[in-house]
Amino acid sequence: MTSPAAPSSFPSGLPSSPGAHVRAVHDDFHGDLLEVSMGPHHPSTHGVFRMIVTLDGERIVRLKPVFGYLHRNHEKLGEQTTYLASMPYTDRLDYLNSMTNNWAYAIAVEKLAGQAVPERAEYVRVILAELTRLLNHTCLAGFLLQDTGCSGTPLMYAFREREKILDLFESLSGSRMMCNFQRFGGCRLDPTPEWLAAVRQLVDGYGRFLDEFEALISGNEIVMARTQGTGVLTPALAISAGVTGPMLRATGVDYDLRKVDGYGVYPRFEFRVPLGAHGDTYDRYMIRILEMRESIQILRQALRDLPAGPILDPKAKNRGFRPKPGEAYGRIEGPKGEIGFYLISDGSPNPFRYRVRPPSFVNLTILEDMCLGQTVADAVIILGSIDIVLGEVDR
Amino acid sequence: MSMSESASTPATSGPASQEGFSPTQQERDELRRHGILLTSLEELYNWGRSNSVWPLNFGLACCAIEMIAASMARFDIARFGSEVFRPSPRQADLLIVSGTVTKKMAPQVIRLWNQMPEPKYCIAMGACAISGGPFKQGYNVLKGIDRYLPVDIYIPGCPPRPEALLHGLMQLQAQIRGQKLTGPDRPRHLRADTGCAYPVPEFGAHDLEPPANPEVWQAPSLPRSG
Repeated sequence: MTSPAAPSSFPSGLPSSPGAHVRAVHDDFHGDLLEVSMGPHHPSTHGVFRMIVTLDGERIVRLKPVFGYLHRNHEKLGEQTTYLASMPYTDRLDYLNSMTNNWAYAIAVEKLAGQAVPERAEYVRVILAELTRLLNHTCLAGFLLQDTGCSGTPLMYAFREREKILDLFESLSGSRMMCNFQRFGGCRLDPTPEWLAAVRQLVDGYGRFLDEFEALISGNEIVMARTQGTGVLTPALAISAGVTGPMLRATGVDYDLRKVDGYGVYPRFEFRVPLGAHGDTYDRYMIRILEMRESIQILRQALRDLPAGPILDPKAKNRGFRPKPGEAYGRIEGPKGEIGFYLISDGSPNPFRYRVRPPSFVNLTILEDMCLGQTVADAVIILGSIDIVLGEVDR
Repeated sequence: MSMSESASTPATSGPASQEGFSPTQQERDELRRHGILLTSLEELYNWGRSNSVWPLNFGLACCAIEMIAASMARFDIARFGSEVFRPSPRQADLLIVSGTVTKKMAPQVIRLWNQMPEPKYCIAMGACAISGGPFKQGYNVLKGIDRYLPVDIYIPGCPPRPEALLHGLMQLQAQIRGQKLTGPDRPRHLRADTGCAYPVPEFGAHDLEPPANPEVWQAPSLPRSG
């Protein structure tokens, strides 16, 4: 047992007075308004995000987000470590999707070094990225419905499926969440035939889970009443704010980096890009469900066509890696949007500048525009539908 | 994990001091077989408390996802009586510091701890909460929440598996079962000379002020010969 502490010689003692997080403000236009601080400890803010909402009755007239409660000096640490040593740090950016973070970083470094990737590694990367997409979107659907008030059940179902995918990640890479799997010029380990059979089994069963989930949720009257028409995002605003990923496609803009850039071996697969029509919270939920169904198609094709060969380019240099001076930007379509890494090399083992383009941070910037005029309860589900992870927002 | 070995078998800690009434474990088991349950108020009280530890619904970073996973169907923290994650600190017994505590967040964490009523317990989950973990070199990361809070259980890992969190919870339960109701070594919440509020640090010019709570944490000193 540790020794107890009595408040003694410290400058600030007890917590501030009760009710300090709520304050009345006066506005000439609205009259009396109420300012409420939601977060950083709030069960609906998906981590330590804080928003200061100004309310006219129950309607939001102003929303000020406060970031930085999880600022972990990611970019500065990236400049102080070698290129390879930054790979585990990218796991912890968006801690639900370590595989896609790894891939985006590997692409940036491979561009910097002009490194080729064996074909088998490209296929394995696609398999892992699409499994990650399934994982992320399943969890998002669970969390979003938790926010709407379906307490427990959808999240339980989502995490049941997440555990199945994490079992695959763990048996392949040794870690459930922080996989640290990609290397410059390939992947760390070669998947065994048993592992691929297990993936095939999961992919075959995933459609049934989605059918079950959708039968319970998608046509539910309460879910539709809560989410349809809330948090409408217009395509023009989404484009001008730099929103990417399912958020952008829910507004009806056809922009998917898997099609636009065609990185890796994605051009070889047949899949559709689902688009929304209204840009509201329900569309953002539905886009994710439809994307999961397309991911299943991609996974089936990738598992079918997986070629034999090396998993890591034998000439690839990971340890003691010193690229020539230059700069590179590598990006992929992560589950949350465009995740990119910008690197400047000065010829030393460490990058001179290491910059992350986090999708959920950019997507979060339009939170106020979507929340204005909505109620506080709607702000919670609008935030949930943006799909933020604070490790990536604050870095 | 910090615990004493004797705490794992609380049934042996009977009132041994009273003359003529000191049943051994064998005798108690024998009586139990005949339908007679011998217990003390202390054991009963600690048994009830240890099986209804309500954690605070408070996630900080990556470890929070594993904390949620521990409360879901596969790992099912409800088996240990801790499935009731309360969003309000007023209703919580256990603070699981699940993730990196940054210097901006540390005052809020300590404020939450102060708002929790005694008896309360703290688990430092993951490398970041213990020491800063992989982000220790960063300018904005607190190098361990035990600088400000009395941590009962440390769970290593980055992030720890849900099983590790369950193990930590079981260790905490054993620790609770070993607590004395009376005597000089009774826990914090039964003593009159201790408050349940801990000083909240402020964000100073360069660092948190003060950098640590000296009544909870002292910088480790290396023993030097000569």
